[in-house]
Formats: sequence, structure tokens, C-alpha cells
Amino acid sequence: MLCDHCGENEAVIHLTQIVDNRMSTYHLCEKCAEEKGLEPGINAGTFPLSDFLAQMGKGVGAEGGAAVGACAFCGLRLEDFKKTGRLGCPHCYVTFEVHLRGLLRRLHGSTQHVGKVYLPPDPTHAQRLQRLSGLRRKLDQAVANEDFERAAELRDQIRALEAAS
Amino acid sequence: MVDLGVPPGFGLGWLEASGPHADIVLSTRVRLARNLQGHAFGPRHRRNEAEKVFEQVRDAVARTATLEGGAMLDLAALPALSRRVLLERHLISREMAGENGDAPPRGAALYMDAHERVGMMVNEEDHLRLQALLSGLRLEEAFHLVDKLDEELGAHLAYAYHHEFGYLTSCPTNVGTGLRASIFVHLPGLVLTKEIGRVLQGIGQVGLTFRGLYGEGSEVVGNFFQISNQTTLGKSEEDLIEHLQNIVSRVIQHEMQARAVLMRDAPTVIEDKIWRAYGLLRYARSLTFDEVMNLLSGVRLGVSMKLLPGLSVYTLNKIMINAQSAHLEQAAGRTLTETESDLHRAAYVRRILAAEGEVPTSDGDSAAEGA
Repeated sequence: MLCDHCGENEAVIHLTQIVDNRMSTYHLCEKCAEEKGLEPGINAGTFPLSDFLAQMGKGVGAEGGAAVGACAFCGLRLEDFKKTGRLGCPHCYVTFEVHLRGLLRRLHGSTQHVGKVYLPPDPTHAQRLQRLSGLRRKLDQAVANEDFERAAELRDQIRALEAAS
Repeated sequence: MVDLGVPPGFGLGWLEASGPHADIVLSTRVRLARNLQGHAFGPRHRRNEAEKVFEQVRDAVARTATLEGGAMLDLAALPALSRRVLLERHLISREMAGENGDAPPRGAALYMDAHERVGMMVNEEDHLRLQALLSGLRLEEAFHLVDKLDEELGAHLAYAYHHEFGYLTSCPTNVGTGLRASIFVHLPGLVLTKEIGRVLQGIGQVGLTFRGLYGEGSEVVGNFFQISNQTTLGKSEEDLIEHLQNIVSRVIQHEMQARAVLMRDAPTVIEDKIWRAYGLLRYARSLTFDEVMNLLSGVRLGVSMKLLPGLSVYTLNKIMINAQSAHLEQAAGRTLTETESDLHRAAYVRRILAAEGEVPTSDGDSAAEGA
């Protein structure tokens, strides 16, 4: 079977999408799939965390793998994480960032949080702006979904935050 | 804030079966995982760190409207049986219950609002697990409840948050939104028509996952499944919720179709199954919990298809919770051996069903006459 996108290469990735209750199936070659941001094995359940963990750090090379020691805050080492699948503290995400990015992409299909933007108790100006853009994104989505109740809530939150800035 | 033991109906509002599709969808649960800046996650807590986390949370709770007038249970102060009761009510996790005689984690607590719809676990694997539990299929409502609590707490607590990875969690499978939405659903039609394998496979292909009665790693019993989102990063909370809502709605449609097919092709077999299940529950003298769950599945199907008039889904939900071993021990006021537990369970089920009155049978029905 040839790729639906380029029509040249053999399709190796078969993606079933459900949008608005309609199911569609795409057959893509590896190259086109990668361009579309898809990776093999984003499917739930087929790639357990333990498998990822066993693979982690192998492709990073000597300099990347050896340079990361223990987390300065909690003392967790990469080996500990591979054993338990649990990070030790928030700082671990910074310490092991390079390793985690690949893992997160495989687990979630993405590394970029696009949900709620957290506004800490005493926010900086930049944090307020990030939060505002996050709220506006949610507002657009609510309007697109015709969820006007949610849209009204979000609009109030945006106004309150704008007034406080 | 009152500190009490476990009151009889605590956290069981969802049993009322008042939500949409409550005969098929038992409950909707949405949880958000949150952690505090400057502290190690639960498993790597240092000396007194759990207590410090709890104190910060307690101070923040005192300033939230949602939890005002609600309850706080200090798990370490509760007897082991009470913790097992909370576990059987799906209000705390196995780790929090301290199963196998372990003590619960230090500083572990359960908060619940006065309406018993939304609350949180403190000092689980993550510092905070905010959760809302509602009857029927009510994803948006459950999300709004936890989201509101999250906003209130987040205004006073410094959460661990990363500009790229979002809300940081102990396990990387929860990072990003920290959101896990689960629908607890009863699918006997799909199991009987052997369509369930395909449906579950399909669920896996669209980024969702399924589990048994007690969550991760637990067995499927009585045709009850928990369907939830697998990924938490890269999609907004609203998208995750909407996706689950769409897929679960389709699963419900499939289940209804399967039931229609069964009633068309094998009505007498189905009726017989349902009435046998009811008969066993109504008169048996000894029942294991798995047996009760399997029989409840048949009876639930009968109630849902209006083949067992006079029985309510609420009654069946109550049995499902109260026929568990810790609940039976609590009612008996003592520890029960397995054999005793089976006797107590059967006696409890008989009593509840007897109190519901006779279920009118439709003897001499058309199926028998036509045969």
C-alpha cells in the first residue's frame, strides 16, 4: 500500500482518527508521518512505560548520557528513574530534560503542554501574559465548540486578569 | 473543617444513579495531579516533608470556597478498616489505604466538599490528587468542579509547573495537564455478543485505555470497565474531555445496539440469564464478591432493559459497594473470615432485595407459548 500523502513510498503507519464522530483512516509512509508530527507507537497501551525506560539514554551518546549525574535537589539518578518509573522532584524534569523529552514524545505524542497555563500566587508580568494567551486560546476553542457558558466564564477570567495587569 | 471517622454514606452520592445514562455509566471521575514547588514527590520525601506539604495544603484549603464546610480525614489517624472502606468507595488509592498492613503514607489525608462531589487526596504519589466523582456520564461537569478547586488552591499554593512540560508529576505518564478522566461503564451486551474485544482494541487505537474495577492492573469483573484517557500532554483539558465523551458515547451506542441484537436473536436466553441472576442473588446463602458482581451484571442488564420491573439502579449500586469485604466487616463490627464474609454478603444481598419487594414476573409470556 502506498502512502496517502506522497503516493510514492510504502505506507507503514496506519492512523485511525475520529473527528466529530466520523472515523477516517490514513496510511502514511515514515517520512510523511514524521513531517506530520506522528511517530510510530503513540497508540495507547502498546508501549508500556517500562519498555521506554529500558531504551532511555541509549541514543544520547557518551557525552549526554554520562554528563547527567544525580538531581541536585533530590539526589535521584537516571538509573533510579529507570527502575521505578517515578521522578523524584520537580527539579528532576530540568536535570533529565534531554532524556525526558524523547520519553514524553513517545508516551504522549508531544512534549508541549497546551492545556491550562498556571498562574502562581504572586505572578510576574510575563506569567500573566502567558496565562492570558492560554485563556484566549481556550476562549477561541470554547467559541468554536459553541460552548458559550464556558466562553463567558473564560471571558470573565480574561477581563479580571487584564484589569489586574 | 471537621475531623471525623468514616460516616456511613460518606462519598457515596454518585450511587443515586441520577446522572445521564446511569444504567450503563455508573460514574464519571476526573482527577488532576498537582505538586508543590520546593518539595520532593511523595516517594522521595525527606524527614517531615510530607507533614510540611500537608500544612501548606491545609492553609490553602482554609481559603478555598469549594471545600468550606467539608470534611478532612487524616488517614494515619483512621483504623485500617476505615481506610479499606474508603478504598472500596474509590475515594483513596491502594497506596493511601496502606493495604497489606502497611501504614498509610505520612501526612496522607482525604478532603471532601460538603456536597461530596469534589475533593482531593493529599500526599499520594503526587502531593495533590484533586478528584470529582459524579453519577452517570457527566465529564464536563466533573471537570469544572475539579478545575474550580484547582483555581482556588493554585491561587495560594506554588505548584510545580514547567513552561514546556506543564504541571509536573511524579510519573511522566501524568505530566502536562495532570488530568485523568475515567468513565466506569457496564457493557454486558458487548461481552455477550463477543464484540467487546474489537471495541476495546478500538479504544486503544484512539489514545484511550481501559481497566477493571479497582483501576490500574485490576481485573475486569461483572462486565464493568473503566475507560480513561491515556495521554495527558499535548492536548488541552477540554480536548481530552471532549474526546473521551465522544468515544464513550459511541461505546454506549454500540452497547445499545448489541442489546437490541440479543433481544432480537435470543430473547429467551437473555431473559433466562437475567432471572437466574436475580434468583441467585435473592435466595443464595453464600456469595463471593466476584459472584455478586457477575450476578449484578445480569440483574443490571435486566433493570436497564425494563425486564426486571420494580428494581432500581440505585439499589444495585448500593449492593456493589456494600457487599465488599471491608463494608461487610464494618457492618458486622468485627473481622470476618472469607467463609463468614460470603455468608454475610449473601445475607445482606437477600435483605436488600427483600426490602425492595417482589419483582413482578411475567409468567406465561409469549416466548414460552410460542415455543
